[in-house]
Amino acid sequence: MNKPLDAALARPASGEDRWEKEYSEQIGTDKAVRNRSGIGIKPLYTPRDWNGGRYEDDIGYPGQPPHTRGIYATMHRGRTWTQRQLIGLGTPPDYNARLSAIIAQGASAVSLIPCNSVYRGYDMDEVHAELLGTCGVVVNTVDHMDACLAGLDLGSMSCAMNDPSPFTLLAFLLATAKRRGVAWDAISGTSNQSDYISHYVANHMFFRIALPGARRILGDHIDFCNRHVPKWNPMSVVGQHMQQAGATPAEAMAFTFATALQNADDCLARGMNPDQFLPRFTFFFDISLSFFEEIARFRAGRRIWAQLTRERYGARDPRSWRFKFHAQTSGVDLTRQQPLNNISRVTVQAMAGILGGLQSLHTDAFDEALSCPTEFGARIAVATQNILREEAHLTDVIDPLGGSYYVETLTDQMETEIRRSMRVVEEAGGMYAAVAAGIVQKQIGESARRFQDEVESGRQTVVGVNAYRIDEDRSARPSQPKPDPQKMRDHIDAFREYKAARSPDAVRRAQDALARAANDPRENVFAAVVAAAEAGCTHGEICATLRREMGFGHVQAIV
Amino acid sequence: MDIRPKVLVTKIGLDGHDRGSRIVAAHLRDAGMEVIYTPPWQEIPVVVKLATEEDVDVIGISSLATDHLIVPKLMAALRAAGLEDVAVIVGGIVPDEDEEMLLAAGVARVFHPGSALDDISSYIRDITARIRAQRLSERRENA
Repeated sequence: MNKPLDAALARPASGEDRWEKEYSEQIGTDKAVRNRSGIGIKPLYTPRDWNGGRYEDDIGYPGQPPHTRGIYATMHRGRTWTQRQLIGLGTPPDYNARLSAIIAQGASAVSLIPCNSVYRGYDMDEVHAELLGTCGVVVNTVDHMDACLAGLDLGSMSCAMNDPSPFTLLAFLLATAKRRGVAWDAISGTSNQSDYISHYVANHMFFRIALPGARRILGDHIDFCNRHVPKWNPMSVVGQHMQQAGATPAEAMAFTFATALQNADDCLARGMNPDQFLPRFTFFFDISLSFFEEIARFRAGRRIWAQLTRERYGARDPRSWRFKFHAQTSGVDLTRQQPLNNISRVTVQAMAGILGGLQSLHTDAFDEALSCPTEFGARIAVATQNILREEAHLTDVIDPLGGSYYVETLTDQMETEIRRSMRVVEEAGGMYAAVAAGIVQKQIGESARRFQDEVESGRQTVVGVNAYRIDEDRSARPSQPKPDPQKMRDHIDAFREYKAARSPDAVRRAQDALARAANDPRENVFAAVVAAAEAGCTHGEICATLRREMGFGHVQAIV
Repeated sequence: MDIRPKVLVTKIGLDGHDRGSRIVAAHLRDAGMEVIYTPPWQEIPVVVKLATEEDVDVIGISSLATDHLIVPKLMAALRAAGLEDVAVIVGGIVPDEDEEMLLAAGVARVFHPGSALDDISSYIRDITARIRAQRLSERRENA
């Protein structure tokens, strides 16, 4: 009699069916959710999305290709990340004092941010004095570098320097090492701003030579470091600038890989061996507040790089396959309004980077949206890392989100999205050609605009900016650190005396040799830069010589 | 009266972070204004020359890394060129104490991170209306 009921009892609705029914009844109108890379996000992920079926091939184990779970067998359980806080302000003695303090608090490596005047290729006596030392340390000579790193053992401390082409800061560091009797093969660290392509695309704060010259100097720099400073990472491929300029997380990763391929192809064309240069390639990314998206992106990135190095370049050395990256919490996500909220934002960003398996981390100070960071803000940023590592125990388990239906699905989707943007560049003839044509710049500008529209419309909440606003007590804000004007005047006077005391012949000979190298492809331009630094040439003199010989790289006005 | 402000969006000094200036320039253009946009690193005399030749109502200076500290030099150069009626606005990261310094130097307004684009464009419309009314009445007085 009750036949239909019996049939229903015999085939009960599955848990998933029941959930789908209850979900749609209770949610009402479901809002469409997309992450910053444009991927649609479902309310629930199950074994239907990801069932671990190809675990060995797609996920595997830490330290084994495809590296989804990490590039080392031990990951953070063995060695945690390098705490590399960016610092730089005022004169070399100011910098040295700040560096010593931050090392005492737990920072484990040197980072050096030079003044914007240095970035732009000028000496301190060539720019508006008001701007000197406000955003970085004023380093123009080997003496300045020696003073910056006073008391530091160059043979044991890794030094990362924001040192765009033509890499004068590394030249000053090598000259300092020679003075102190430290062998160059003991020097370790990274040329953080060696990626001229990212400067052309997204960050116009750096001195640059016109594209063909910039390309050549980078090749010379990689070649020189491989031969003479083997522990140095000459190539840091930078996605951070592009993401700060507006690229989505997937686009930033895609354009960064496209840049890395361009540079690797250029090294190959010079006759270099992939297993010689690839192990010294490192990457640098932004970590936005889009928590799971960032974690999935870094996992996908490791997988793509392991595949590219092995299949495209035939790299055999496992070190060549490793996607080593430094990451910085995103300054664009920070707000001027209610600035202490930025501590929460930075914490979430840092967690995403750590769970994503980074090798080196800079956490932003909460006051970066107000000014160059204060010492107070920088101290909290370092403490945030210490808390996450030692109080919250984020490092106990390797790739703790691996196997999550959501994270694994999203990792696959981010990989697809990254590869899609890489194809756009490939079809344009590679990154060098795509950048020369302005294609990448235009895409990034459009993405920046789209995200701004999300914020302006209120679809993307920004606490304190478009929601939860309060009247603020402005006096509670920290005040901007500024270099002591008297110390800066003394620094300029001492610099003028330094220049006057040099042997004019030696300086001219070094500049002539540099000009010759710039015009002779058989010579190494970076070797000539190092020789010029040792001969006492200043940063501005070296840059001016190359600018004259190789042409200046102007910015395209693309709106 | 339908006002179509003419705005120069630029960056002076050493820094080149141009996300802000590009977004603002594109917004003002889409809002129907005439926008002259330059890449970063402009010299002060170049900005004065452009403002003169293009006869702009407003100059927008974007500053993310302390370049606002030389805006007082720009204000002096504009006055010396007889352009005291051009409104200069500054957008970007400007600490409170520096904002006071900029306003004292004659800057019309400072827009901080988080400013709504519509607020920026409606401010520019208002100030342009005031500037043009002032120019008109001065011309009448002179005539």
